[in-house]
Amino acid sequence: MAARIQLPGRARRGEVIRVGILIQHPMETGYRLEVDGRKVPKNVIRSFACRYNGVEVFRAEMSPGIAANPFLQFHTVALDSGELEFSWVDDAGASGSAREAITVG
Amino acid sequence: MRRRSFLVVLLGLAFGARADPLLDPITKGAPVRQGRVKLEMPLLADNGNSVAMKVSVESPMTEADHVRAIHLVSERNPEARMASFHLGPRAGAAEIISRVRLAGSQRVVALAEMSDGSFWMGSASVVVTLSACVDEMLS
Repeated sequence: MAARIQLPGRARRGEVIRVGILIQHPMETGYRLEVDGRKVPKNVIRSFACRYNGVEVFRAEMSPGIAANPFLQFHTVALDSGELEFSWVDDAGASGSAREAITVG
Repeated sequence: MRRRSFLVVLLGLAFGARADPLLDPITKGAPVRQGRVKLEMPLLADNGNSVAMKVSVESPMTEADHVRAIHLVSERNPEARMASFHLGPRAGAAEIISRVRLAGSQRVVALAEMSDGSFWMGSASVVVTLSACVDEMLS
């Protein structure tokens, strides 16, 4: 599961920064039908979390009510240089993760 | 005895303690106040499969006073609770942008859970020309 992250590479200490992530995922609702009439099983990213140097700063629980290829934008306070780690898991048990470095000073 | 229960019902109505089947699973019956939450969605969406959504909550986002969670609730989707976002003082600002699916024209409610345990809500009404989950409607 590929993901694209929007994060300022550099920030002032204490600055509120915008964090965006776009994850490639069909977010199957469970209502869509195959050509032969079988239902495509429901499979959505249920949980998503963002950790800043190991501390969780944002968490989301999602449902089929979130569009395919989910996009999330949230905020966090730039405290220290380090890394933001994103992780998620879907109904099929497949998990994904991504990380991005940030310089604070 | 009957008169007493009648009074209880009357008092409940007077204080706005009516049950809301959509919000009760989250609030556990706690009162929900209007305001502080702004939900921005387009008035008209051509397609329910991907509708832009921005929710912001007025809060200083400090250790003592912050938004604990923002819940998105749909009136018409098969799964009423669309998403729950958990934040804290580390978020700095209570503002989230995403894209949602809507199974038809409806009002969407954003419910904010504050660190003091209070609930605030804001809503947006969207007219959807072509809804998501079309297969479900046909079958």
